[in-house]
Amino acid sequence: MHYSFHWRAAFLALPDMLEGSLVTIEIAVLSIVIGVAFGILLALARLSQARIPKAVALTWIETARNTPALLQIYMCYFGLGSLGIYLDSFPALLAGIAFNNAGYLAETFRGGLNAVPPTQMRAARSLGMSAPQAFRMVVLPQLFRIVFYPITNQMIWAILMTALGLTVGLATDLSGVTQELNVRTFRTFEFFSIAAVLYYLIAKFVTLGARLLAWRLFRY
Amino acid sequence: MFTATLSWNDMLFLIEGAGTTLVITLLSLAGGTLLGLVFGLVRAGAPWWLNAPLGAVLDAFRSVPLLIQLILANAFKPIIGLPWSNFTVACVVLAVYGAAYCTEIVRAGVLAVPVTTRRAARSLGLTWRQDLTSIVFPMALRVALPSWIGLALGLMKDSALVLWLGIIELLRSAQIIITRTQEPLLILSIAGAIYFALSFPIARIGARLERSWNDRD
Amino acid sequence: MIEIDDVRKCYGPLEVLRGVTMTVEKGEVVSVIGGSGSGKSTLLMCVNGLEPIQGGRIAVDGIDVHARGTNVDRLRQRIGIVFQQWNAFPHLTVLENVMLAPRKVLRLPRREAEARAVAQLRHVGLGDKLNVYPSRLSGGQQQRMAIARALAMQPAYMLFDEVTSALDPLLVGEVLDTLRMLSSEGMTMIVVTHEIAFAREVSDRVAFFHAGQIHEIGPPEQVIGNPTRPETVAFLESVL
Repeated sequence: MHYSFHWRAAFLALPDMLEGSLVTIEIAVLSIVIGVAFGILLALARLSQARIPKAVALTWIETARNTPALLQIYMCYFGLGSLGIYLDSFPALLAGIAFNNAGYLAETFRGGLNAVPPTQMRAARSLGMSAPQAFRMVVLPQLFRIVFYPITNQMIWAILMTALGLTVGLATDLSGVTQELNVRTFRTFEFFSIAAVLYYLIAKFVTLGARLLAWRLFRY
Repeated sequence: MFTATLSWNDMLFLIEGAGTTLVITLLSLAGGTLLGLVFGLVRAGAPWWLNAPLGAVLDAFRSVPLLIQLILANAFKPIIGLPWSNFTVACVVLAVYGAAYCTEIVRAGVLAVPVTTRRAARSLGLTWRQDLTSIVFPMALRVALPSWIGLALGLMKDSALVLWLGIIELLRSAQIIITRTQEPLLILSIAGAIYFALSFPIARIGARLERSWNDRD
Repeated sequence: MIEIDDVRKCYGPLEVLRGVTMTVEKGEVVSVIGGSGSGKSTLLMCVNGLEPIQGGRIAVDGIDVHARGTNVDRLRQRIGIVFQQWNAFPHLTVLENVMLAPRKVLRLPRREAEARAVAQLRHVGLGDKLNVYPSRLSGGQQQRMAIARALAMQPAYMLFDEVTSALDPLLVGEVLDTLRMLSSEGMTMIVVTHEIAFAREVSDRVAFFHAGQIHEIGPPEQVIGNPTRPETVAFLESVL
C-alpha cells in the first residue's frame, strides 16, 4: 500500500463539517414539514371523488414513487429552466426532496386513514359531535400514532437524500462542505469517511429522538 | 420549449442508457439478493453475539447515503490497488447496499413462519434442509416477495446515482443530450417516462400479488 | 316519545327493514329480539340518524330524524347509543373518554364536565378506574364505560345494540346489572338483545323481529311466555 492516510487534516475540518450537518438537518426538517403538509392534501385528494384533484394527486404520487429522487431533483434544478425558472441549489434540492416526501407520505396517510376503524367516527358522532369535531378529537390523534413511525422513516430518507445536493452543486450541507474540502486537498477517503460517520450519527440521533418522543406521546 | 431538435439517435442513446441502468440493476439485485439470503438466514437464527454485530454493520450501510458510499468505494479502490472498473465498483456498492435491505426482508420472511409449524415438520421426520426448502421457503416467500419487489425497484431508481462515477446510465445519457439541445424539461420528462414505464407495471404486479395472497387467507 | 312509522330501508338491493312501526313512550323499556340479520341493529342506527331510511318516518319528541332541516348532531344529544363493540377512544383515559362530549358538544366548563363524568362512572361502578386507559380494562368494564359515556350527555333515550354479545360469558352479568339499574331509574330504553331471560325480566314490552318486520309486540309474558306467531315460536325454541 503506497497511500499514507492523513487523518489529522480531516479531523481539523470537523467544525466545518458539523456546520454542514446543521444545514443537512435543516433541509431534511423543512422537506418533511412541506412533505407532510402536501402529503395530507394529496391523500385527501386521492380519496376524494372529485376527478381533477384525484388525477393530480395520483400523478404526483406515482411519479414520486416510480422515478429516481435524483431525477426529481434534476427536474427542479435543470428542468424548470425550460420554463424560465432558475432555482438555486438549495431551493432546488429542497423542492425535489419535498416532492418526493409528499408522494410517499401521501400513501402513508391514505393507509393511516383507512386504518382508524370507522366505528370510532360512528361512536363520536353518536355522542352528538359534528363531523369536523369528531375528526379532530377522535380520528386525528389515532391517525397521528399510526403515521408517526413512517414519518420518522421518511425523515431518515430525507437526511440521506440531502447528499444528492452534490450533484446540483450545493456547497453548504454536509456533503457539500466535504466535497469542497476534498477538491482542495484530494483526501477523498479521509474526508468522506468522517462525513459517513456523521451521517450515521445524525440518522441514529433522529431515530433515538423519535423513539423518545413516541414513548412520551403514546403512553397508551 | 418542445421544439423537435431531438433526433432518433438521441432516443437510441437514451435507450442504451436505460439498458445500462437495467444491467446494473439486475447485477446488483442478483448479488444483493444472494448476500441477503445468506445474511438473512443467519440473522433469523443466529445467537445474539453473532446477530448484533452483523445487524449493526448492515444497519450502517442503510444509514449512510448511497452517494457517499459510492464516493468512498471509488476513493478506496486506488488505495488498496484494486484493478476494478468504475462499473464493477458501482455494482458491488449497489449489491452490498441491496444486501443490507434484503437481509431484513429475508429475516422478516423467515421469522414470519411460526415455529410451531416448523416443529410439526421436523416431528414428521423432515431434515433441517427439507424443513427449510419445503416449509420455510414457500411461506417466507409470501411475506417477503412484495418487499423484495420494492427493493428491486428501489435499486433501479438508486442506480441513477452511479452517474457520479462517470457511468453512462439513463439519467447521465439524458444530461448529455441536454447539454447539446438545451431542453432540460423535455429530455428529463422522457427519461422520467422511461423510468416510470420500467417501474410502474412491476409495482402494480407486486401490489396485486400482495392483495391476492392476502385475500386467499 | 320515539315514533317509528312504517320505516323501510335497503342496503343496495337488499331490503333490511320492510315497514317497521313501533312507538316507545317515555319511561318504557322495550326489548327487541330476533335472529341475526333480521334488521334489529339497523333499526337502532336509523333511530339516531347514523343510517338513512328509504321510506317511512322516525320522530324523536316530534322531530323527524331524517328530515333535511333537522340538526342531527343536536338531536343525538338526546339519544344515547351503546354498541356491541364499545368503541372506546383508545388515546384517552376512561375519565377523558366520558368527559369529551360534554365538554366539546355541550360546551360545559371543565370542572362541570369532570364532575358529571365522575358521577356517571361511579354510577356504573368504574369509580376506581378514572385515569386508566381503556386498553387496560376488561370488555365488560369498557362496555360499562361506554354506557357512562353515553349517559354523561344526559340523554332522554338510551339505545342498546346487543351490548353483551361480544363479551365473555362471565362479564355479561355486570353489564346486564347496569342495564337493570338504569331501567329501575326510569330511563327510556330500546334494548336489542339475545338475552331472552333478561328481556323477559326487565322489559315493559318485547318486540320480535323477523325478516325486517315486527312480527309480534307486547308484554313479555305474552311474546315470550305465550307467543302466537309461528316464527316467534320457532325462534324462541331455537334459543331457549
